[in-house]
Amino acid sequence: MALVAAGTKSVELSVPSRSEYVAVVRLVVASLATGTRNLAADRIDDLKLAVSEACTNAIEANRKAGLDAPVIASCWEAPERLEVCIADSGTGFEPSTLSAHPEVSDPERLNFERGLGIPLIRSLVDDLRFESTPQGTKVWMTMFGGPDSGDATTEIVRTVVERD
Amino acid sequence: MELGLHVDTSNPPFTVIVVRGELDVYSAPRLREALVELVSEGHRKLIADLEGVEFLDSTGLGVLVGGLKRLRSNDGDLSLVCTQARVLKVFDITGLTGVFRISSTLEDALAG
Repeated sequence: MALVAAGTKSVELSVPSRSEYVAVVRLVVASLATGTRNLAADRIDDLKLAVSEACTNAIEANRKAGLDAPVIASCWEAPERLEVCIADSGTGFEPSTLSAHPEVSDPERLNFERGLGIPLIRSLVDDLRFESTPQGTKVWMTMFGGPDSGDATTEIVRTVVERD
Repeated sequence: MELGLHVDTSNPPFTVIVVRGELDVYSAPRLREALVELVSEGHRKLIADLEGVEFLDSTGLGVLVGGLKRLRSNDGDLSLVCTQARVLKVFDITGLTGVFRISSTLEDALAG
């Protein structure tokens, strides 16, 4: 079943599946979030990192499938949230089959140089959903907080000022 | 942003590799090559100074873990210098804070 995004699509970016474009995608998403959302600087950093991880995985998925397909990043804005979707054309994966990493105290932990991306994304964004089919994967990342929360603060200030 | 790498051997037996810029899937292979080269040249006590790193993702982290592994299997070690919250956060979330020795200053790292 296709996931339905909240809000309106404001940005769609198609980049070649090459590592040098990961920085482009994260900078565009971070600029949008900085310019239009009321998010703290560390939340913008979280989003940048999550986008970087998702794009890296998308490039890898296209490469594994032997496809010269682009990575598509889209941003959807709703009053209380920003959703970012990173899509590839790879063969898909089953999120529930992701294996857990050994504990840090386990010497085996050092054998996990890769596969840290999805656990990282999960802890960085407010909501994470996958839509994976044999034709491709979409990673939906949600950050709550938007112009509305900023307006609420302004409203309180205005009320206090008017009362005085 | 371009990745800056500078190797400083003025504090023997330590070799300091100063990393600047963004460490992601595009730039991390350069750090990997530099670490492999240093180990093959016989450097065993490495310190990666990450104070100038503006962005670090799991690919960059993977290269550091790979470097640590390579050094430990050669009776060496790789420690880090970092105080930046946004970089330290990546180590925290992935549980790797406990794997690396992370110092606040280069002096502390050299003393260790």
